[in-house]
Amino acid sequence: MQRLIRTGSFILLLLSGVSITAAVNASQAGSLKVFACEPEWASLVKELGGERIDAFSATSAYQDPHHIEARPSLIARLRQANLLLCTGADLEVGWLPMLLRQAGNQKVRVDQPGYFEAAAQVTRLDIPQQLDRSMGDLHAAGNPHVHLDPRRIQDIAEALLGRLIEIDPAGEAIYQQAYNDFTKRWQDAMQRWQQQAAPLKGQRIVVQHRDWLYLFDWLGIEIAGTLEPRPGLPTTAAHLQSLKKKLQQSPARMIVHAPHQSPRSAQKFARLSDLPVLELPYTVGGTADTQNLFALFDQIIASLTGPADE
Amino acid sequence: MKSHSLICAALAMGCAQNTLAQSTLTSTASTFNPAISLTLDGRYVSYDNDSEYELPGFMLGGEAGRNEQGFQLGHNELSLSGNIDDMFYAKFTAAIAEHEGETEMEVEEAVIQTSGLGHGITIKAGRFYSDIGYLNNQHAHAWDFTDAPLVYSALFGNQLIDDGLQFSWIAPTDLFIRLGVETTRGERFPAGGASNDGRGAQSVFAEFGGDAGISHAWQLGFSHWRADVEDRQSGGHAHDETVTETPSFSGDSEISAIDMVWKWAPDGNKRERNLTLQGEYFTRDEDGEIKLLGSDPLESSSYQGEQKGWYLQGVYQFKPRWRIGYRHDQLQADNRGDDADVLAEAGLDDEDHTPKRATLMLDYSHSEYSRIRLQYAKDDSYEDSDSIVYLQYIVSLGAHGAHRF
Repeated sequence: MQRLIRTGSFILLLLSGVSITAAVNASQAGSLKVFACEPEWASLVKELGGERIDAFSATSAYQDPHHIEARPSLIARLRQANLLLCTGADLEVGWLPMLLRQAGNQKVRVDQPGYFEAAAQVTRLDIPQQLDRSMGDLHAAGNPHVHLDPRRIQDIAEALLGRLIEIDPAGEAIYQQAYNDFTKRWQDAMQRWQQQAAPLKGQRIVVQHRDWLYLFDWLGIEIAGTLEPRPGLPTTAAHLQSLKKKLQQSPARMIVHAPHQSPRSAQKFARLSDLPVLELPYTVGGTADTQNLFALFDQIIASLTGPADE
Repeated sequence: MKSHSLICAALAMGCAQNTLAQSTLTSTASTFNPAISLTLDGRYVSYDNDSEYELPGFMLGGEAGRNEQGFQLGHNELSLSGNIDDMFYAKFTAAIAEHEGETEMEVEEAVIQTSGLGHGITIKAGRFYSDIGYLNNQHAHAWDFTDAPLVYSALFGNQLIDDGLQFSWIAPTDLFIRLGVETTRGERFPAGGASNDGRGAQSVFAEFGGDAGISHAWQLGFSHWRADVEDRQSGGHAHDETVTETPSFSGDSEISAIDMVWKWAPDGNKRERNLTLQGEYFTRDEDGEIKLLGSDPLESSSYQGEQKGWYLQGVYQFKPRWRIGYRHDQLQADNRGDDADVLAEAGLDDEDHTPKRATLMLDYSHSEYSRIRLQYAKDDSYEDSDSIVYLQYIVSLGAHGAHRF
């Protein structure tokens, strides 16, 4: 057995030698490697850098960005990154500090230009007045799900442009041009979305988790209640009953949850309240019609305004 | 942002808060204070028999052994960590435990590590958990079972912790490759004597890992540890009221290990359901001499030992908060020497017994910060079969724990 272990180690060492050589050759292609914590940021940086960017997203639309492990594959990717692009505001607090510590990449350390937190670039809502763990999984820096407000996306894009130029000055003209192009298309799209979503103003919607806060803030929708009794905690029957009572006084239009959240609580409450359930795309990817940020908001607005109430 | 200004105007306090948020401060685990975390662990333990604990064929040391029965404190830990400056990160962990009525504080970790070298290189110095095996560098409260696998108890006295240096490097590849070496003091079990002027133990390790599709992740590790052991003492036992003989080993000790972990979660989303399978295999070769300290005249024997052990476990989260797990442990020893009686006195006679244990656990985590666990083990690690029940809580206060792989 001892011999087997030694032989095994030797073969793997040889293999690693081969793959390292291959990787070094590949990295000479000269692209900026971006480690995005969430797909929305991978999509945004692609808008600003196109071919010059080699973007990797650590999570997919089907994963809850709170609940990720510092997997070997993520350490390996972060090790090679020139830029880390994450939401911040403690969304990734369970795994990002660990990844950073293990990856041994000083370019993306907290104090370096290679470290970029999107939520830190914009005003955040839901900043708790009081912090206590009995209140659930609170984020001291406020609600981190800022990417669902297109106005904030624009602000973040602008800050990101500055950062890209700082890290990769040679690409300045490319980034600037891509940013101008993106801004024009984004502003046009925002006007369109706002027109389409005008009827939604003042509506009340029940959500599973407050990840829709910024979207609703932008569209003037009110959160009628959450299925989670406290942020991050699973729902309980007692909580759903009290929510039902609350809604009898001021009714809501529907229940919304994200694809990475199990539909069970929403379905349970639907039976209780007779409200329709809508699974709303939360980020880029996952389905064929949400490949980028534009398509994501197209889909979100279409779903919310569509006849698909039932 | 009109609605925001309105709220601001109405609530002066909220406005102040939001101005704060508007600054481009990035968040870190703490401001200037280190991140503090306190882990509390308490248990109720029940055994079926009262026999003295042993593992036939293995000299016990470290924290191996059996707990008391009934209500008791487990592994309570206080940990402080943070960046020292732009080059170093540090972590200190003290374990507070009670042994035979006395409260003992033990420095479990006191380590600094580089954060500014780049190129995938990290150097650690101080007291740290060795990166041998998979489970070894995890804190006891992060284990999926209340107790350590039998092979960790037998070979390491639960965990290999030592003082020294570690150098590790991560390859710039999409396949995770981490290579490292450690050189340490070699005073703590299973080394002993801090030989070679306090550089008594060395280890090397190689870890590989990656994803297989969106739903699967894996890691494979190989490691090797060796030490020049001087006078490693194992628990003594009294023959009559006056004479206590303590077995002591001096010689070479080598341990090789393979570990593998495979994790599954539908679409990589661990929140609802997930499954972890993990297994480790260790083999130890020892060559040297056993003495029975305290015997008169001094009894001794040559000793060539070959010991192996493995465990395989699966833990399944079948719904949010609830996990169930099963673990199988097995050991085997083949020890030789010129005086079989001396080896037997030292606990190195395997007594034709293959130590085994089957463990079942169920745990409930109300939040990320609390866990309650019920564990049942059918323990055949020595001749008297035992049924062991643990009821345990583990909670953590303070800094958010890390979701490690």
